[in-house]
Amino acid sequence: MSTSTIDRLEGSRRAARKAASERAVSKAEGWRRRGPLLPALIFTIIVTQLPFLVTIWYSLRSQNLLRPGEDMFVGLSNYVDIAQDSTFRQTAWNSVVITLGCVLVAMILGIVLALLLDRPFFGRSVARTMLITPFLVMPVATSVLWSIALLNPTYGLFNWALGLFGIEAVDWTSTYPIIAILMALVWQWTPFMMLLVLAGLQAQPKDVLEAASVDGAGPWRTFQSITLPHLRRYIELGVLLGIIYVVNTFDQIYLMTAGGPGTASANLPFYIYQRAFLGFDIGQAAAMGVVVVIATIIVASAALRLIFRSFEVKE
Amino acid sequence: MSDVTRAYRRRTTGGVLTTLTWLLALAFFFPVAWMAATAFKQESQAASDPPTWFFTPTLDQFRAVIEGGSAAYVGNSAIATGVSTVLVLLLGIPAAYALSIRPVEKVSDVLFFFISTKMLPVVAVIVPIYVVAGQLKVLDNIWTLVVLYTAMNLPIAVWMMRSFFLEVPGEVLEAASVDGAGLMRTLRSVLIPMVAPGIAATALICVIFAWNEFFFALNLTASRAATVPVLIVSTMTSEGLFLARLCAAALLASLPVIIAGWVAQKQLVRGLSMGAIK
Repeated sequence: MSTSTIDRLEGSRRAARKAASERAVSKAEGWRRRGPLLPALIFTIIVTQLPFLVTIWYSLRSQNLLRPGEDMFVGLSNYVDIAQDSTFRQTAWNSVVITLGCVLVAMILGIVLALLLDRPFFGRSVARTMLITPFLVMPVATSVLWSIALLNPTYGLFNWALGLFGIEAVDWTSTYPIIAILMALVWQWTPFMMLLVLAGLQAQPKDVLEAASVDGAGPWRTFQSITLPHLRRYIELGVLLGIIYVVNTFDQIYLMTAGGPGTASANLPFYIYQRAFLGFDIGQAAAMGVVVVIATIIVASAALRLIFRSFEVKE
Repeated sequence: MSDVTRAYRRRTTGGVLTTLTWLLALAFFFPVAWMAATAFKQESQAASDPPTWFFTPTLDQFRAVIEGGSAAYVGNSAIATGVSTVLVLLLGIPAAYALSIRPVEKVSDVLFFFISTKMLPVVAVIVPIYVVAGQLKVLDNIWTLVVLYTAMNLPIAVWMMRSFFLEVPGEVLEAASVDGAGLMRTLRSVLIPMVAPGIAATALICVIFAWNEFFFALNLTASRAATVPVLIVSTMTSEGLFLARLCAAALLASLPVIIAGWVAQKQLVRGLSMGAIK
């Protein structure tokens, strides 16, 4: 996203004021102001941008750590291979299913829970504390908990509970691997969505709600025409932040299913990890990384535009 | 409908909603409670079918975890988390200052750059980081994780701290400059005390992410620099299904962040939204 887009978003009035203040800042003053920023900026460029440039370089080479002699420039052939790699397509699709599935279900549950929490009742802060806990459990521990304690085919709690209703035991992580992963992910991310939506509910202007009730609007009417439009930007923010975080999911897949059976439940991060650290195929893995970054930039620029627009990043 | 029936109906609906809320809260909390309960069982009780609901709690599993050489892992996690959080604050607070109180030009471009690094998938950079770290002989070195965790959390800290700086009233800064206070003094004696709660909130978020991080730790450490999440995974694979012990390790590993998150619930939202939501 370019400066001009952001300026447009910020509104022309602010842009004009900014231009005026920029002229006023003298050169020496400019460097005095930049001074505190530079260490963080330079550090971030070195640690995050340089490796990515190296990734692009690797993606144009045929390099396998097990065969060091064969390192050579191959142009775009790694990308051609990826385009023909059906496993890549499958894991890309799994990424989409896992990410969107998790974010949407977690958001719906999060909205329901936030609405329930946004009213006074006995023990409300205890209930809220219990509800945010899944998000605080270490993801590695979450994976262990779900794959072994809850979903294990022989002594997992889930099958025992299903057994009470006469349903046969299911080997969740190998029969329905993606659903098993989604259960753990939704459990973990629902509190995140709930917190964002709850913050939105609590930021509602109380006088507007009172006016609505004085005007005789029922609770459903008030929800539809005041609360929901107000919540929109919070929901959008939650969905987009959720996508950015969840698309990188690795821990749960590594520990619950190892991407299996076969590659049935592997997402892109896991597949790239496999190619790089189990296959030592650096060129291919790097090229996949570049493709993922391009896809992410498309989603992320939408996310950023939204954050800038909704939450007014002020100059 | 009379006022009395309406009030009665409202009370009943309220009761139903409260019950529903509690049922959902218990359902979401149940897996954590089950993990905690399992940690206090003997192995035979942990993996029984049907599940064991009533048992005499034992501390055997915790003892086994603590005495089984977990100290080195905890030490590594503490260094990676603690040092990276301090570095993030040292780099991030001045940067946030330069993006809010006395802003540089093109503030939104710089903010955009910081946040965009957060959106870069980690898998896309792991390969060169691994290869370069190998060449520099810093694989399996805790300081490699310190540097990476600092970079991972710095954008969040810059955004968060900026949102706190923007809340400092302009008059306070003017008063300080009229009094002739220089930059360092203004920072130290006026700004930092005013945004102290923000610094605490930022540190909390950084601690949560660094403590729980697994992907870098898995790929860049082996025996010397391995952190707590790696310990849990190696417990899981090397000892097979010692479920009770695994649950004890998972519980101990999660406890610091769970407690920190419980204590600082309010700041959590602000941190997770990078300061966008107050």
